[in-house]
Amino acid sequence: MTNQQLNSGNPSVDIEYRRRKSAEEMRYQVVSFSLMIFLTLIAFASVAIKGFTSWFTVPFILLLAAVQVVFQLFYFMHMSHKGHEAPQLFLFSGVFVAILTVLTFVTIVWW
Amino acid sequence: MSTIAQKKGFGGTIWDFLTTVDHKKIAILYLIAGGFFFVVGGLEAVFIRVQLAVPNNDFVSAGAFNQIITMHGTTMIFLAAMPLLFAFMNAVMPLQIGARDVAFPFVNALGFWLFFFGGIFLNLSWFLGGAPDAGWTSYASLAIHSKGHGVDFYVLGLQIAGLGTLIGGINFLVTIINMRAPGMTYMRMPLFTWSTFVASAMILFAFPPLTVGLTLMMFDRLFGANFFEVAMGGNTVIWEHLFWIFGHPEVYILILPAFGIFSEIFAIFSRKRLFGYSSMVFATVLIGFLGFMVWAHHMFTTGLGPVANAIFAVATMAIGVPTGIKIFNWLFTMWGGSVKFTTPMYYAFGFIPSFVCGGVTGIMVATAAADYQYHDTYFVVAHFHYVIVGGVVLAILAATHLWWPKMFGTMLNETLGKITFWFFFIGFHLTFFIQHFLGLWGMPRRVFTYLPGQGFDFSNLISSVGAAFMSIGVLVLLYNIIMTSVKNVKVGNDPWGDGRTLEWSIPSPPPFYNFKQLPLVRGLDAFWLEKMAGKKGMTPAEPLGDIHMPNASFIPFMISLGLFIAAFGAMYHKNHAWGLPVIILGLLVTFGSMFLRSVKDDHGFHIHKEDLVEDNEKGAKA
Amino acid sequence: MQAEEKMTYEKWPAAPEKSTLEAKNKFLGFWLFLGGETTLFASLFATYLALKDKVPSADAALAKDLFDLPLTFVATMLLLTSSLTSVYAMYHMKNFAFKKMMVWLGLTVLLGLGFLGTEVYEFSHYVHTYKHTFTSSAFGSAFYTLVGFHGAHVAFGLCWILSLMIRNSKRGLSLYNAPKFYVASLYWHFIDVVWVFIFTVVYLMGMVG
Repeated sequence: MTNQQLNSGNPSVDIEYRRRKSAEEMRYQVVSFSLMIFLTLIAFASVAIKGFTSWFTVPFILLLAAVQVVFQLFYFMHMSHKGHEAPQLFLFSGVFVAILTVLTFVTIVWW
Repeated sequence: MSTIAQKKGFGGTIWDFLTTVDHKKIAILYLIAGGFFFVVGGLEAVFIRVQLAVPNNDFVSAGAFNQIITMHGTTMIFLAAMPLLFAFMNAVMPLQIGARDVAFPFVNALGFWLFFFGGIFLNLSWFLGGAPDAGWTSYASLAIHSKGHGVDFYVLGLQIAGLGTLIGGINFLVTIINMRAPGMTYMRMPLFTWSTFVASAMILFAFPPLTVGLTLMMFDRLFGANFFEVAMGGNTVIWEHLFWIFGHPEVYILILPAFGIFSEIFAIFSRKRLFGYSSMVFATVLIGFLGFMVWAHHMFTTGLGPVANAIFAVATMAIGVPTGIKIFNWLFTMWGGSVKFTTPMYYAFGFIPSFVCGGVTGIMVATAAADYQYHDTYFVVAHFHYVIVGGVVLAILAATHLWWPKMFGTMLNETLGKITFWFFFIGFHLTFFIQHFLGLWGMPRRVFTYLPGQGFDFSNLISSVGAAFMSIGVLVLLYNIIMTSVKNVKVGNDPWGDGRTLEWSIPSPPPFYNFKQLPLVRGLDAFWLEKMAGKKGMTPAEPLGDIHMPNASFIPFMISLGLFIAAFGAMYHKNHAWGLPVIILGLLVTFGSMFLRSVKDDHGFHIHKEDLVEDNEKGAKA
Repeated sequence: MQAEEKMTYEKWPAAPEKSTLEAKNKFLGFWLFLGGETTLFASLFATYLALKDKVPSADAALAKDLFDLPLTFVATMLLLTSSLTSVYAMYHMKNFAFKKMMVWLGLTVLLGLGFLGTEVYEFSHYVHTYKHTFTSSAFGSAFYTLVGFHGAHVAFGLCWILSLMIRNSKRGLSLYNAPKFYVASLYWHFIDVVWVFIFTVVYLMGMVG
């Protein structure tokens, strides 16, 4: 949906434009993939290296996971594109309920 | 039109309904199936009240009583109230937004058949060794020790029915987001559509936790897992949380559409625009949001600690605010309106004081400290029947009268409708008002009898007499339905004369493509606006053209049937060698049907412009 | 635009996954389904966290005894890479390059199979070496349910993508099947999202203790 409004009226020009546009986007995808791999490596490394306390490691790797998921959602799943308002609303509502649920089960499950 | 739909005769009609993907026919299926389960659940309620009418009664045994109360709650919530509301959502919501169809007609049909087979499976337990007996909440500490297959029926049946509800909810959401007619902005949607929208969103997030809870219970009972087996490290509170993370949103899933129905009724029969439309929408969304943050108020006595109890108590009371907004808006809608006392309006009038009673006791039980006293007594029983019967059931009965002409093209008898109302309404208060006091006097719920001379005798008798009144009310309604269908006096587009929304601008019942031309919506209460402007109908938003419609399909039935078969295999696989093959067979049917669906291209068909014009002329002659 | 229409490179729209009403509905409906799946997996994660290391006897294996960094790392890399290959497939889908799309989808399937292979090996390793089974403890039940649910999603996704590929191998891209491919790739990414949390919450946090 990002480039549908950019019609010049000439189909071959439009297609050429679109090709370049998606090629450019694909480069971003590869960059975000590299970042994801990099974040994964850091997460694994911070566990493999025994020096840190779990008070540091656990929040740290959770943060890395969250960042990585944002990459997945916004780049790989194109949630940054236009026309994803309803998906965003519903996915984040789901995340809200998810966080409540997990929070409950690590705090008040009673013994 | 597809050739199958044109086949006449009884067999043809049955086949038509088995394969239909038309939301209006699916609505009728939901209405019939939901109505059937409503009667079944009602009979169970009558048995409960007969058993409790006098002290030391032995009408049913203690074990049978447990089965009856469990099945009464489960049936009424999952198999009666939800599908009946789904019936009206299916019948009316697409018409209210000016859509020709729902977004996923196939999925819509699948949702119905999953619910239907799940419900049948659950109720077959009566004939196959005993019904579930661990209460409708089926708390794990009780349920995993329940003998026989009762709880297995509960777990598997609800799993199948729950899947149907979930995909039904997704279908409604996409329909409302993507398929509104030109000009139908979000803030012009009728309140029933809004409440369908919010309730469907809640279904989307609330049913997966139930799915997980039921899966865990199934694994524990049938496949040797240890989620709730304390000796093996399990924890039964997990079930309580999962059940109520689903269960509390569920009661709002029920009550929000009821609010929507009453909002329509108040506006129609006060012949006045709904007071405070935007605050109504806001309150609906806010209730939906808060509905996810209060579930632990069902667990105050579980022992979650004072901090958790306090948080959930405050959040619960906060819901009183948007609900209060709604009550006042309804009152102000009537104020200054020219009120017409029709049967639906009787229900709407009856609803306000009844529901406010339920709301007040709701604040009482939300007070965590006081709840230690109310918990597990008849006070709680009285409270939730005041909100569910006084809210949801009254709404369902009101909607039945209001939209019957739209669904079937003929009006239910008004006199009989009012008789139904009085029997039901008086019976309802007779049954449940006294239960508040029974609870405060210390009568525990879910116990099959009581001793004489404790001050419970006369009050219980009153309660049972009330149940008889409600039964008479339902019988009058059934009589009314039969008589109306036999007479079958056809009515026009707007039989109440005061219809405000788009469903009243098209014939009753609507043609299967709903709108010949999509209507142009100029504001809230679109049809009313056109009427006030002196027009007969809606202004079309498009020229007459071909209409694309989906093909009928038998596959939804088969997918659901497969799960139904697999559920039997899963239940008996521990003691019978044929269990495993049956599971595999059932899943093969299901996944085979799904595979068939995905490899067989189904592009639907077109109704041609010329046929539509022809329809028009025929209509004019008749 | 007609969904059945034979497509050419020139006519192919910029957003083939949403160019008909059916496609728009499918696209949105699937995203909503993923919203629901979020709470489904959250409930499973929550259950796992509540039951982590809850075992009946002192000699039963705990999370820190079981999990093994290299194996988890291999599985993670396989699944993350398969996410990238499916992005490539969708890139070619948008460019109306059917053959290339099929190649990348094929790679995705292979990587997914590799992932499932490591998971099967891992589970049998736990069962045989540590006697850590589905029925041995609440911890075991919760672990196998969470990770197994994810594995079942992977398996279902593989079957889905494979049947789409086989079904459409001879007919090329159309506006009828493009949304199907797109939605399947969304599903595949979502499986990856869930795995990110599984390797973090179950494996890495399990090893930290």
